[in-house]
Amino acid sequence: MTPLAQAILNGVMTGALIAVPAIGFTAIFAVLRYPSFAVAAYITIGGFAGWVANTTLGLGVLPVVAIAFVVAGAVGVIGEEGGLRRLRPAGALTVAIATIALNLILENLIRFGFGNDLRGYDLPLKPDLRFLDLRIGPQQIENVILAAIVMAAVFLFLRHTRFGKAMRAVADNVDLARLKGIDPQLVAVVTLFVGAGLSGAGGVLLAVDTSIDPLAGTRILLTVFAAAVLGGLGSIPGAVVGAFCVGIAEELAVLAVPATYRSAIGFAAILLMLTFRPRGLLGERAV
Amino acid sequence: MLNYLLFTLTIGGIYGLLALSLNLIWGGAGMVNLGLAGFFAVGAYASAIATGAGAPVPLGLIAAACAGVVAGLVVTFATLRLRDDYLAIVTLGFAEVVRLIALNERWLTNGSDGMSGIRAPFKAEFGPLGFNLFYLGLVAVIVALVWLALRRLDLSPFGRTLKAIREDQELAAFAGKKVLRFKLQAFALSAAIAGLAGALYGHYQTYVSPDHFQPLITIYIFLAVTAGGVGRPIGAVIGALLVVAFLEATRFVGEVVPGLQPVQVAALREMLVGAALILVLYLRPQGLLPERIPPAPRPS
Repeated sequence: MTPLAQAILNGVMTGALIAVPAIGFTAIFAVLRYPSFAVAAYITIGGFAGWVANTTLGLGVLPVVAIAFVVAGAVGVIGEEGGLRRLRPAGALTVAIATIALNLILENLIRFGFGNDLRGYDLPLKPDLRFLDLRIGPQQIENVILAAIVMAAVFLFLRHTRFGKAMRAVADNVDLARLKGIDPQLVAVVTLFVGAGLSGAGGVLLAVDTSIDPLAGTRILLTVFAAAVLGGLGSIPGAVVGAFCVGIAEELAVLAVPATYRSAIGFAAILLMLTFRPRGLLGERAV
Repeated sequence: MLNYLLFTLTIGGIYGLLALSLNLIWGGAGMVNLGLAGFFAVGAYASAIATGAGAPVPLGLIAAACAGVVAGLVVTFATLRLRDDYLAIVTLGFAEVVRLIALNERWLTNGSDGMSGIRAPFKAEFGPLGFNLFYLGLVAVIVALVWLALRRLDLSPFGRTLKAIREDQELAAFAGKKVLRFKLQAFALSAAIAGLAGALYGHYQTYVSPDHFQPLITIYIFLAVTAGGVGRPIGAVIGALLVVAFLEATRFVGEVVPGLQPVQVAALREMLVGAALILVLYLRPQGLLPERIPPAPRPS
């Protein structure tokens, strides 16, 4: 019984971390209508921006998450708005392919600057807490709380600010939004900033949990996609639900198959979901 | 030097096959395959395993193409009804899963050590230089045959239907075309070609390991097809040769920019590949050899 409960607990922890970049990915998809594969690089860039801030300035996790959000968000806007905007008329697939190239460039910029080594954050080590035979790290609890704060901020932003409403309007119907005087261009820029920023913030949380290297984002990308597809591409509450499902599924599966197959679980989840319910748990349409 | 040239050309030919494979579905039907490296790997391993078990090399090539078809069906059966972006995500995931399987199933693939001693046809009889010449000829003949077949396909009712699906899926369905079946067949055929390319690669190198099938290969092939011209089979082959030449040229980055660590040189080369792809998409999205669209027949 205990291994099962421990796996579910770990899954919830992982899910909370995955949810943050998954929201970023699905938000960009909802507004700009293409899957941005450069999310992998934003995760990595966030993780490294946070690592630099943490190890040189000695900042704690909360300010580091904020810095990573801004840095990754800025890179996202420069890359996809500055670099790829003119490709958008050519269609979603063309832009998606261009984001792979952008991802390759950004990832290698990091590699160029920092090399291939694994980097760990400089944080105080605390012993695991135990209750009812379950183990949990204080840092993990802190990460989950931070992820919850970030998610709450996103929901409040989307639900209660004029800009959040504008974003939802553009995601729903670009032409109608334009008729109401919303500038889709501005909404696209802000969405990219928030989407890439969330990926960067998620990068810090993942890096604090383990470590960071130039391929960290690429390794986690499939799990992020799985979260977004499971919840329904373009649905932000869906991305959160999907992230918890994938997190728990991965941890449960590791009880049965070798841990190296962890990211294959996400792939299996995607295939199953697309076969039986393509629009995902909370999505609207997939055809 | 001659051996180096022959080697580069042979790899160019194998990439040409991959480019033809991508061009068939992307140029033909507007579908993407971001997991090309995975299908390449499936073919390489299938042939290595089959010939390792005693099958002759031609049978290995056939096994590779069949393995490609099976993999293609697995990837597409869930996604073809959906928007194209789902296929993009699933194929990307597929390549990663193939790498995981190759790394972990040691009984089948020998894990990260890779499979060595893959049979190289006539290597003993011809000697190193003779073998390189023979293999380049073999690859060239296969590329030419596949190219001819695909060009024929392009002009056939099948090819025209694919292009109709690419331009407007609903209209094609309305015209009575079974869109799903055409897409499935096109993807399976494309996957078979990628598998064949993998087998040719394995028998040439005589050694394959998971490291040979990085996602980077998929980006090379996208660069080849966009540079050569989406929708033109000959453009894909020329694009592949250009990409191989470009990759070889970037080897000199380290000499042009002195004082770099090896890892920085490698990073710079990959950045150049990414930048080249974005640049081609910007400057010449139709490629060097744009697609030729025959005029519609006049109503008589």
